[in-house]
Amino acid sequence: MKSTTLASAADAAAAVPKAQFDWKPLALLAAVMLLAVPAIGSGSTWLTLTVAGLAMGFIVFVIASGLTLVFGLMDVLNFGHGVFIALGAFVATTVMGGMAGFSAQGGWQSLLVVFGAMLAAMVVAGALGWAFERVIVRPVYGLHLKQILITMGGMIVGEEIIKVIWGPLQIALPLPEILRGSYLIGDAAIEKYRLLASAIGAVVFVALVWTLSRTKIGLLIRAGVQDREMVESLGYRIRRLFVGVFVAGSALAGLGGVMWGLYQQNVSPQIGGQVTVLLFIVIIIGGLGSTLGCFVGALAVGLVANYTGFLAPKVALFSNIALMVAVLLWRPQGLYPVTNR
Amino acid sequence: MTHNLLELRGVHTHIGAYHILHGVDLAVPDGQVTMLLGRNGAGKTTTLRTIMGLWPASKGELRFRGRRLNETATPDIAAGGIAYVPESMGIFTDLTVKENIVLAARSARHEDELDRARLDWIFGLFPALKKFWLFPAGKLSGGQKQMLAVARAICEPRALILIDEPSKGLAPSIIQNLISAFRELKSQQTTILLVEQNFNMARALGDTVAVMDNGRVVHAGAMAELAVDEGLQQRLLGLSLGAHQ
Repeated sequence: MKSTTLASAADAAAAVPKAQFDWKPLALLAAVMLLAVPAIGSGSTWLTLTVAGLAMGFIVFVIASGLTLVFGLMDVLNFGHGVFIALGAFVATTVMGGMAGFSAQGGWQSLLVVFGAMLAAMVVAGALGWAFERVIVRPVYGLHLKQILITMGGMIVGEEIIKVIWGPLQIALPLPEILRGSYLIGDAAIEKYRLLASAIGAVVFVALVWTLSRTKIGLLIRAGVQDREMVESLGYRIRRLFVGVFVAGSALAGLGGVMWGLYQQNVSPQIGGQVTVLLFIVIIIGGLGSTLGCFVGALAVGLVANYTGFLAPKVALFSNIALMVAVLLWRPQGLYPVTNR
Repeated sequence: MTHNLLELRGVHTHIGAYHILHGVDLAVPDGQVTMLLGRNGAGKTTTLRTIMGLWPASKGELRFRGRRLNETATPDIAAGGIAYVPESMGIFTDLTVKENIVLAARSARHEDELDRARLDWIFGLFPALKKFWLFPAGKLSGGQKQMLAVARAICEPRALILIDEPSKGLAPSIIQNLISAFRELKSQQTTILLVEQNFNMARALGDTVAVMDNGRVVHAGAMAELAVDEGLQQRLLGLSLGAHQ
């Protein structure tokens, strides 16, 4: 047989019309930012709000990415996702509190403590995710109503356990000295922590996109989102993939919990429940199961929340819902709908 | 004498409260193409899905290469050498043609690890797949999707291929293309169990035939015999080959 290289297959493919990347949702994001310029009036205020909105969006993306993957692949409505957020945040209080002496040396030591707290939060939240999937989620695969009820129940139990361990009161989670304050660009103040949160969010996004598009595990996840049965018929154990994705999603929620806690500089047992509705808004806007959609949706939510918070604080209370309604009127399946869903 | 690669004995399948298969007896000889015919709702698709473990048999026995399949999970059945092309084709529409093939080739982690010679052979059977290699599978035409579905099943050597109504809704020229591809597979002694409503396709490809009705196999024998016996066709299928020519 004559051997044809895949490069020539690629050449042949070049002769056919390429599938176009859908830029419209990204253009919408850019349009929102540009339209805010004249509305806000001041360039420096716009820059401050935009960076704050993007930072909030990046944090929300980190938390929501696991939720959208879990729903997309496993068809599980996990209303208990918030417990991993809360757990991550509380683990961070313990790690950062326990290493306060080391952190007090300042500089790279305090940054190391923050990253150590994030790692610990991911490990603990991932471990809880493994148990949560086995005990709570596995018996209700395919049963949406039961999933909602039992995962909400799981979150309530989880919150109570957190209260038993860390107490019912709010705990401070102060930023280390190195992350306090802002960089000044002209009159615009860009908070240091928001830059770090944005960088972490960007790294998570790139890592997720790379994994999903360049690895076989990623292919399996994308395929499983569309047709679980066919993935099994090709010889892959989708249950193991389910567990892996659930654990990864829980770990990301734990990481997001630390980031959210540091963003607010305090944590409470209800921190997870408070953001759950926001997370569902984000993954619905993005298109259920879509990582890119989740990313764009989270940034849009962050930006709109910050712009409306400045321009019309009363409107900000329902700006996310309004954004969701507007997006769904435009694209009923979300910004980047996953086919077959 | 040809031995049976796959055997079903008295297989019953329930889907929820519905009793679909009522004791299916079926033998698929090694290296041959076995046609599974029957009216709509006869139980053909359920039989294939039961073999794959997607709907477990509630009674009876399934044996593949002499090994009992009943309690085997679908991934293990597939890993054991059975490929399945469902009626819906099961194409991952958000993935490219290349990604669909990489996923189906269990031994390959990425494109570079695909068996190039086998890929060339597939491109020879289905040139459109080479042309649209980097194209999202969801953008392919119905015929091209069917080609991709079959290509996934044969991108690595498999002992048995189950194919459910590949000609459904396709233009005659595409059907002819598929028949040519299946003939080439047949010439390589690939065992195929093919569900088909298109009697001409069945006649062109089949070595043996099983006809189902009401969840049972009501006739089994050589395809050549059924192809020339219009009375039997009329009785079993409610049609005669003459009407399809």
